[in-house]
Amino acid sequence: MTTGRLAVWWVIGSEIVIFGGVLGSYIMHRLANEGWANVGFAGSTNEYIGLTNTFVLLTSSLFAVLAHYAAEHEQDGKKAANYLYLTTAGGGLFLCIKAFEWYTEISHGLTITANNFWSFYYVAAGIHASHVIAGMIIMVIVAHRAKQNLDLHRVELIGVYWHFVDLVWIFLFPLLYIAK
Amino acid sequence: MATAEVTHEAHDDHGHHEDEGFFKKYLWSVDHKVIAVQYLVTGMAMAVIGGFFAYVFRMQLAFPGEAVPGFGIVSPAEYNALVTNHGTIMIFWVAMPVLIAAFGNFLIPLMVGCDDMVFPKINRLSYQIFLLSAIVLISSFFVEGGGFGGAWTAYPPLSAVSEYNLTPLGATLWVVAVALEFVAFLLGGINFITTAMNSRAPGMRLYDIPMAVWMIVVASILFMASVGPLIAGAIMLIFDQTLNTGFFDPAKGGDPVLWQHLFWFFGHPEVYVVLLPALGFVAEIITTFSRKPLFAYRTVLYTVFGTGILSFTVWAHHQFISGIDPRMAHIFTITTLLISVPIAEMMFVYIATLYKGSITLNTPMLWALAFIGEFLIGGVTGIFLGASGPDVFYHDTYFVLAHFHYTFFPIAIIGSFCGLTYWWPKMTGKMMNETLGKIHFWGTVIPFNVIFLPLFVLGQLGQHRRIYSYEGFGELMREDVWLGMGMQDMRVLATMALVVMLAFQVVFFVNVFITLRKKEKDAGPNPYNANSLEWLAPSPPGHGNFAELPTVYRGPYEYSHPDRKAKGTDFWPQWEKE
Repeated sequence: MTTGRLAVWWVIGSEIVIFGGVLGSYIMHRLANEGWANVGFAGSTNEYIGLTNTFVLLTSSLFAVLAHYAAEHEQDGKKAANYLYLTTAGGGLFLCIKAFEWYTEISHGLTITANNFWSFYYVAAGIHASHVIAGMIIMVIVAHRAKQNLDLHRVELIGVYWHFVDLVWIFLFPLLYIAK
Repeated sequence: MATAEVTHEAHDDHGHHEDEGFFKKYLWSVDHKVIAVQYLVTGMAMAVIGGFFAYVFRMQLAFPGEAVPGFGIVSPAEYNALVTNHGTIMIFWVAMPVLIAAFGNFLIPLMVGCDDMVFPKINRLSYQIFLLSAIVLISSFFVEGGGFGGAWTAYPPLSAVSEYNLTPLGATLWVVAVALEFVAFLLGGINFITTAMNSRAPGMRLYDIPMAVWMIVVASILFMASVGPLIAGAIMLIFDQTLNTGFFDPAKGGDPVLWQHLFWFFGHPEVYVVLLPALGFVAEIITTFSRKPLFAYRTVLYTVFGTGILSFTVWAHHQFISGIDPRMAHIFTITTLLISVPIAEMMFVYIATLYKGSITLNTPMLWALAFIGEFLIGGVTGIFLGASGPDVFYHDTYFVLAHFHYTFFPIAIIGSFCGLTYWWPKMTGKMMNETLGKIHFWGTVIPFNVIFLPLFVLGQLGQHRRIYSYEGFGELMREDVWLGMGMQDMRVLATMALVVMLAFQVVFFVNVFITLRKKEKDAGPNPYNANSLEWLAPSPPGHGNFAELPTVYRGPYEYSHPDRKAKGTDFWPQWEKE
């Protein structure tokens, strides 16, 4: 494995156990408290917003794939950079929708201390959102270099990371929005 | 290529170093050897703090209520903070930085034959975050309410609710410091694995990697794979402390045992994270000073992998009395007893390596032999605790305390001195004084046993941990219980032995001081006639490590090789073809 890939997979490995810890705790917690789903709080998440965000994030991942293709097979740094900017925009849209969603929820009294579901909800989605932000910052840096046809191999590396962030959301969406 | 480009940048930085000031050279360096020294010095400074804490609370236990010289009267809250931070410091700010970060940074590039770590800037960032974490921890002692006193395991609700722990700021700073430390080591691990896997000298196959490097790499992987849940747990605990969430608070529907699972899922592999590097150092030392190949290199390697995998399946033996299902406790008893098998096997392998060897009893070798002997006691007493039945009785007694000090002291202190005394000539180019080294060795190891053997007995007699003063407990103040000593006499004996041991550490620092003052660099590149690649580089290695990057022709342990007799030597370095 190339050094860059090895390093990215190291980061992803450590992230998997971090999210594994949060989601494992959440799942065990729900299983141990039978009446939890009936409290009514879990039912308050808006699955349409969740679905929209899933769609937005998956679309941004598609742009990451196209950026990788442009960088590796076409050696076209400029094209890759443009796709990366689109990916970043997807991340930004995701965060905007998330901000709107959280704003609505918090203004309805569903804060992080409302009950343990909401505590897990904000922690899990919050850690995920911080990864989206980190990914966007790195992506802009990578795109800036790629535009000058420099460090094109990094396009793939940031893409791998972005897919991972996407994948975490694929776990969060059913756990926080669908399983009620 | 990432590698080529990054190392190229590193070279540019090397070039600058020659005319940079102190700050640039020692705090902003990307050179793996400077970063290693940074970790080493920080770790040793923290060890002095941790040792001082032990001295203060042991004095309180021996002479309750009396003023401790150098500290004064110890209040119960201070006692708790001292005990908690002694444990935290010794594991996270001494064992980890010295064994893994300092030696990992110093040894991996030298032992695999490359000029620096693959990502030098990430390496620098790793140390800077580590330094920040140490500063946060130390600052937590001085905030209002004092340092956190809820034990290094930080069980909630004590750690989560400030009305219980009475250290609202100290507790949060403690969690933040620990979390930052984890981030620092996750960043450090990136370099360890990528450098060991992708930057090896030409010709070095996986089975030619010296055991010390393998052990540090496996330890880093174990750390990476186990620490995540605790990072998540730390975030949850910080929110419990500051935002009043109820993850671990039963009153709010949370579960305090959840923290115990998150903590020990990391906490138990962590034992092996620090054990493995120490075992690696011992392997290097006993092969060099018994002039024998490592007995069953591949078996040791597979055993290390096996230990690593098993170490993820034992964590709930810390919770036998926390209300886990007894059937579950049986499973964890079995896995816990199982993990003693690979460790015992490694001990036998080391003894087999020594068997019929031509043994030189110099200071590093003494430390290595002491490691094997002392760790054995820690391992054997662990079997009592790993079985769920006896553990009900032993849980949270001084028997547990003595047990894990018989594992952690050999790991963190003896293991560090193994590495330090063995690689000191490589780090500085100068040989340490053997006489002072041996005085320091005996002055450390004998008092160590005098401290902790009585604590096994006290634990057997039911002495509970984390008690400020035993004066109020008649059954723990009995007279004439062991060798004519009463229980309080044994506490005094242990404390006196600790004072003696700490006093003997002065000998070590004197030795370091004398050695550093020596003008002549008398070590030469290979003072021990050892085989691995770091002994090809000059002592101390300059920027870029090797005059010319080496090629590897064989494994690292070819001592007493029959083909070498004709040449008049008994060893065959990895870099020599003929």
